Amino acid sequence: MHSNPSPQHRRVGDSPVIKWLLIGIAIAITVGLLIIPLLVIFLEALGAGWGTLADNLLDQYTLHAIGLTLFVAALTVPLNLAFGTALAWLVTRFRFPGRKLLITLIDIPFAVSPVVAGLLYLLLYGRNGWVGSWLADQDMQLMFSWPGIVMVTVFVTCPFVARELIPLMQQQGSEEEEAGVVLGASGLRVFRTITLPNIKWALVYGVVLTNARAVGEFGAVSVVSGNIRGQTNTLPLHVELLYQDYNIVGAFASASLLAGIAVLTLVAKGLVEWRQARALNRLQTEETA
Amino acid sequence: MSIKLKGLVTGLALGASLFAQPAVSADQKLLNTSYDIARELFAAYNEQFSEYWQEKTGETLEISQSHAGSSKQAQAIIQGLKADVATFNQVTDINILHTRGNLIPENWAERLPNNSSPYYSTMAFLVRKGNPKNIENWDDLVKEDVDLVMPNPKTSGNGRYTYLAALGYAQDRFGDDQQKIDNFLQDFLGHVKVFDSGGRGATTTFIERGIGDALLTFESEVLNLADRYDNGEYEVVTPKVSFLAEFPVTWIDEYVEQNNSEELAKAYLEHLYSEDAQRLLASFNNRVHNETVKQENSDRFPEVKLMPIDEIAGSWENATKKHFASGGKLDQLQRRK
Repeated sequence: MHSNPSPQHRRVGDSPVIKWLLIGIAIAITVGLLIIPLLVIFLEALGAGWGTLADNLLDQYTLHAIGLTLFVAALTVPLNLAFGTALAWLVTRFRFPGRKLLITLIDIPFAVSPVVAGLLYLLLYGRNGWVGSWLADQDMQLMFSWPGIVMVTVFVTCPFVARELIPLMQQQGSEEEEAGVVLGASGLRVFRTITLPNIKWALVYGVVLTNARAVGEFGAVSVVSGNIRGQTNTLPLHVELLYQDYNIVGAFASASLLAGIAVLTLVAKGLVEWRQARALNRLQTEETA
Repeated sequence: MSIKLKGLVTGLALGASLFAQPAVSADQKLLNTSYDIARELFAAYNEQFSEYWQEKTGETLEISQSHAGSSKQAQAIIQGLKADVATFNQVTDINILHTRGNLIPENWAERLPNNSSPYYSTMAFLVRKGNPKNIENWDDLVKEDVDLVMPNPKTSGNGRYTYLAALGYAQDRFGDDQQKIDNFLQDFLGHVKVFDSGGRGATTTFIERGIGDALLTFESEVLNLADRYDNGEYEVVTPKVSFLAEFPVTWIDEYVEQNNSEELAKAYLEHLYSEDAQRLLASFNNRVHNETVKQENSDRFPEVKLMPIDEIAGSWENATKKHFASGGKLDQLQRRK
């Protein structure tokens, strides 16, 4: 059928000139906009040698920023893992009024600019906010300290896990789980022995994305952080701070850490996708067999 | 599973306690919120003050710094960032702490000498090697072939100061002749080739991109740049008349009471007026009030006529309303070009 294509069925890329032109443009854009900037980050960080890079990374405030960033991610990821799984379970396994609305609402953090999200939290939980003024009376402070940073990071990253799980769980359907229930398994057992193994890789994928975003979040955190060095300065904020100090090497040293985490994330993402595809293949061969 | 969970919870709790409390234990703590290019300055001052304080009282100090644009800092303080002191580069941003936050009294500026402004600066020009266009004062900026680079008065305090400095010069020269003042300002704005959104952006345009014959910005920034390129690539020109840019400071009454740090906060700011501190401030290219230090630095800070905001526009409020608001003088002058 394909051996003799009529002229009107020719596709855009069939002419070798156009084909290579398109490939060339795609490569040029990828190299110019993605690869070179990424390389520059590492080159600039190393521009003054390994010793300077180490000095900058071992700086007291940089170390604190790294610690705080990892700490925020360590709180955010489990919270959103639990939240995302529960939510996906709820909207794919039950039918109730407002279910579609709930699915739409999950996307709010994607739709809202992170700066706006930060401001919302500030206006609500800040000293003059509805909740914040009450908290201030109890001598409690959330904004401008690490709980505030965790709160906005949770908000910004909360759709990732749920968004990964919902399509998969919808596609898989609930027959296996229903069978389990009919055979007398408890809810928890159904979840642990049927649901969890089925969604395992999507879950890991969601966690990888959540972690990447939690580590890199700038806008929302910038609003509620208070920018106190050695206390509430996360790694992305620290990059900006060093850059404005004309400490270019220091800024790029910290930036290279963030870029390193991003590269690791991509590797992890690729690995998970590969495992997921393999699991899916096996499932299909089992079904056809 | 439960053991793992327990480990996780303990780990997180440990982490939390680590970040909730500062690593070093000091007798007293102080948080200074400041504008975003004052980091090196206050890093040096904090060290000096800590030594002074320990000598005087025997107490060790832990001084934390927060840096961002001073308007953003003012908002954060109003929303509950419990800073003990604010050291800003805009009077309006401290006023807001009273008008919107009710955190300091109305007369805050009278509580410390020199309008609570321990150091000040003015607007100056950076020109290229050998000053080829022969720029000495504001009227040289409107000569036929001169291109200027400055931050946009609409988006930057720095640019606003430069605009007001040019206005001050025109008022000083033309007196009550409003038409001549307007013509000069219009001519001046017409010579600006690039309006960058902020001070650092304007510096980049002038230095890295090589655009313009003169960069108009803070004298402290201009001197700083001349020092960084000390091969004489750039020269500093301080005009005869310019604007008095104050760097106001205050302790925040509401929070020092809660933090029990009133005495320390006051001492921290008062010490800025001491000779040692004034010398330090001058070494960061700021103009200071101490006579001895002034003498020592007289070659770097030539005598110029500095006009305060009251003289040029009545008050900051008036200046904003009349000149920088939408449809204000700045808009009108740029439109009529």
